[in-house]
Amino acid sequence: MQRIPKRNITKKQVTRIVIVLVISLLTSEGPVAFSAGNNDKLSDVLSAQQERIRVIEAAAKTSVSVFAGSSGGGSGVLISPDGYALTNFHVVQPAGITMRCGLNDGELYEAVLVGLDPTGDLAVIKLLGKDAFPYAPIGDSDTVSVGDTCYTIGNPFLLATNLQPSVSAGIVSGVHRYQFPAGTLLEYADCLQVDAAINPGNSGGGLFNASGELIGINGRASFEKRGRINVGAGYAISANQVQNFLGILKSGHLADHATLGATVATSADGRVVVSDILESSDTWRKGLRIDDEIIELAGRSVRSVNAFKNILGTLPAGWRIPVVFRRAGRPSEIFIELAGVHTPAMLNELMAGRRAPPSQSKPGNKPEPKPNPLAPDPADLPESIRKFYEPRFGYANFYFNRIELERVRDVLQRRKSASEQQETSWQYQGQLEAGGSFEIELGDQSATISLPTGISRWEQAAADAGLSAEAGFDSSPPGSGGMLAALTMWRRLLIQGAHNIEGRITYWGQQPLYSASTNQLADVLELTTSSCRARFFIDEFGNISQVTFFLGASSTSCDLHFDGLGKRGPYWQPTHLTVDYDGDRFATFHFEKGEQTK
Amino acid sequence: MTTRTQHATSACSRILRLVISLTVSGLALYPIPVLGGDITAVSVDAASRVVKLYGAGGIRGLESYQTGILVSSSGHILTVLSTAIDSEAIDCVLDDGRRYTASLVGADLHRELAVLKIEGINLPYFKISADSPRQAIGTRVLALSNLFGVAVGDERVSIQHGVVAAHVPLRARRGSHEAAYRGDVYILDCTTNNPGSPGGCLINWQGDCIGMLGKELRSAENATWLSYAIPTNELALSLEAILSERNDQPPVDERRASNFDIRSLGLELVPDLLNLTPPFVEAIVPDTQAAEAGLRTDDLIVAVGNRTVTSQRGLRHELSYLIPGDPIQLNIIRNGRIVLIDLGVVPSVTEPRGKGEK
Repeated sequence: MQRIPKRNITKKQVTRIVIVLVISLLTSEGPVAFSAGNNDKLSDVLSAQQERIRVIEAAAKTSVSVFAGSSGGGSGVLISPDGYALTNFHVVQPAGITMRCGLNDGELYEAVLVGLDPTGDLAVIKLLGKDAFPYAPIGDSDTVSVGDTCYTIGNPFLLATNLQPSVSAGIVSGVHRYQFPAGTLLEYADCLQVDAAINPGNSGGGLFNASGELIGINGRASFEKRGRINVGAGYAISANQVQNFLGILKSGHLADHATLGATVATSADGRVVVSDILESSDTWRKGLRIDDEIIELAGRSVRSVNAFKNILGTLPAGWRIPVVFRRAGRPSEIFIELAGVHTPAMLNELMAGRRAPPSQSKPGNKPEPKPNPLAPDPADLPESIRKFYEPRFGYANFYFNRIELERVRDVLQRRKSASEQQETSWQYQGQLEAGGSFEIELGDQSATISLPTGISRWEQAAADAGLSAEAGFDSSPPGSGGMLAALTMWRRLLIQGAHNIEGRITYWGQQPLYSASTNQLADVLELTTSSCRARFFIDEFGNISQVTFFLGASSTSCDLHFDGLGKRGPYWQPTHLTVDYDGDRFATFHFEKGEQTK
Repeated sequence: MTTRTQHATSACSRILRLVISLTVSGLALYPIPVLGGDITAVSVDAASRVVKLYGAGGIRGLESYQTGILVSSSGHILTVLSTAIDSEAIDCVLDDGRRYTASLVGADLHRELAVLKIEGINLPYFKISADSPRQAIGTRVLALSNLFGVAVGDERVSIQHGVVAAHVPLRARRGSHEAAYRGDVYILDCTTNNPGSPGGCLINWQGDCIGMLGKELRSAENATWLSYAIPTNELALSLEAILSERNDQPPVDERRASNFDIRSLGLELVPDLLNLTPPFVEAIVPDTQAAEAGLRTDDLIVAVGNRTVTSQRGLRHELSYLIPGDPIQLNIIRNGRIVLIDLGVVPSVTEPRGKGEK
């Protein structure tokens, strides 16, 4: 079993395929031969056929034929009118930062690399030159069943020299399949298995359901004794995995996959138990230990080691997921921040395809480092591409991070009102869930909280001077991990928008909100200043409903979750706020209704 | 031309004609969306009666895993006879992830099928009936199998779609070994000739088990890989034979021996006195196949086909694998030079064949 690389094809193969195509053409054009007439059935069949033709016509318009000259090529599929398209990492890697892409309108478009996920074999590219591309709606791959009709559309054997993609019909042969990675790369977790043909060159193309929704990205097939041709077992990256990574990839990142820092094995009685765990992992810190039974991961039940790998393999590094485990009969739930499989430096090497096995390097004869086609000097790029490319460590193309940042800034801007002024401090009061009342005052440079246990104060000047860490100011109120500092950052982002805020702000990608009940993904902005790091979760309405705050280089976070966030007079107020430090609840604040004025 | 070749040729062209006519006539070969729901329900139900089998083997061409069909509620499993199940412990995994150790009950060497048994009760199963009707050519089918071993644990076996493309006698080989079963099979238009698929279940869209996916064999005529299934009525005969006779011979070399005697072609060898008497020709009977082929006294036979022989015993051993219709080609040494002798084909007079026959 192996991935499909780009390939060169022989004349003989072309001939064979042309024959197949001619026959399939006849199929679609030919008359329907039914001897005796059950007219109802006949019209059912005919209308089903019409529907199928309609669906395939629409889907074929979104199919991208990727041509990368001597580096081969592959397929892709458009997912937005402004030209974003999905394809495989292994198609883009040899092609480099730019490639030529054909659509079935007969036009060749220039495309530029946007984001890469080497582990999951995904890439996002953007076709240039038009803002009304046809695109495929993305479906929910978890609703796909064995037996469902499916179509693969793409550029098998790079046949689409006339830019017309090939279509193959089949059924879904299996769901939630796991295909092992090569090393740490090209892992197909929770993928779809189909008997529609996936051949070399189909890589990166779309897998569609009967209603024309994109349910997967084709990229792999089981090959054996007959060489590299389809034998009825092909695999597609699930659309839901794509959705998990899409925010990260569209914003120019070099994405990484997740690890729990723990391995699992099947116990003698068939339970999935922790067999090894890194003591440096967040998982260990949150309390998971060897022999604990894993019940659920990210809201999905874990019934086998394969299921564990399937779920984990679809998640990006940096996400926070709930893990339910059982120890001595008692279940507990913890939230884990998923670590990356690679270091950023390793990913960078993988992107370049430079990580050769150690055995291949000969001592004393160090080969010249190959130029990385995925990290060119912008000056070497054609004029038309140059302005769409910005190299930066940890990113495939930082230009697109700016684009996404701009989009979220606009979302935030729309919620901003003129009455918000940083000179006015925001004041709240209410009741603690644990009992007693509280008061909070948030200013631009300082914040104060009054709790039954005492009054705490945070000051920007002290944080900047780096003095307060020892004095305990930074993390005030004590035990919260920096709640006041986090609230101040939250207020600043709301007032100033993302344009003027101090520190380096980037678009992180998308993540599910903490409230595990929802599958909705929120845009995440990451702010780094000299004294802290914070992630802001912004929903589609521009509400910053969640903040993850790290003091300095700390890996333990203070997490704020706002509920019922709304405008109360001149400033924002939630109905309640929960504050967690390192996974433990610090306090729940119930805000009193009504406006508070200075 | 022998009848066998003609038969196979016509079978091949029948398949080709059929495939072309089906495609060109525009019959909806592919599942139609309005009917899609049925496939899911039917295949999910059938998959609960199909098991994944793991045993010995595990080198290229000899896989360690295959598929089986539950044929009784008490855990009888019908599968193909192969090296994978020639194992002390055969692991058997049900659709719901339940894991059993299966033991071999018996084998049908003729059809190369085997029955295994797990200790189960109230298991879902397919009733394998001898009067199962032959499926018409063009019947839409689904093939369920442990394809490439991709489904593990409680994951459902893989499901492929296709049509019955032909109904012809099997003429197949594995390497130089002719497959023993030469009865009728369904030829399929989907590729089921894959690791793990043998023993898989072929169903129609009504969910009836209509056959079992065969072994990874090539056509004896043109060496193409065959995707075929043994029809259910043949399975029933095999099942009945194995269960009633308890004909549980262990798996043997698939090169099934015949009683072909080269002397029937009109030649005598020198008396076989030693352990390794060389196969020298002693005499040729005039007007026989041997005489017409140009064999002479004192010729030393050194190879049958491409298999070297060094003794009369070795020669008999190699010849015993030839069955009626097989070409007989000998390499002989005459005056220090190797000469190729074509003796025609094995005449079809000897072997009466029956199921389970050694």
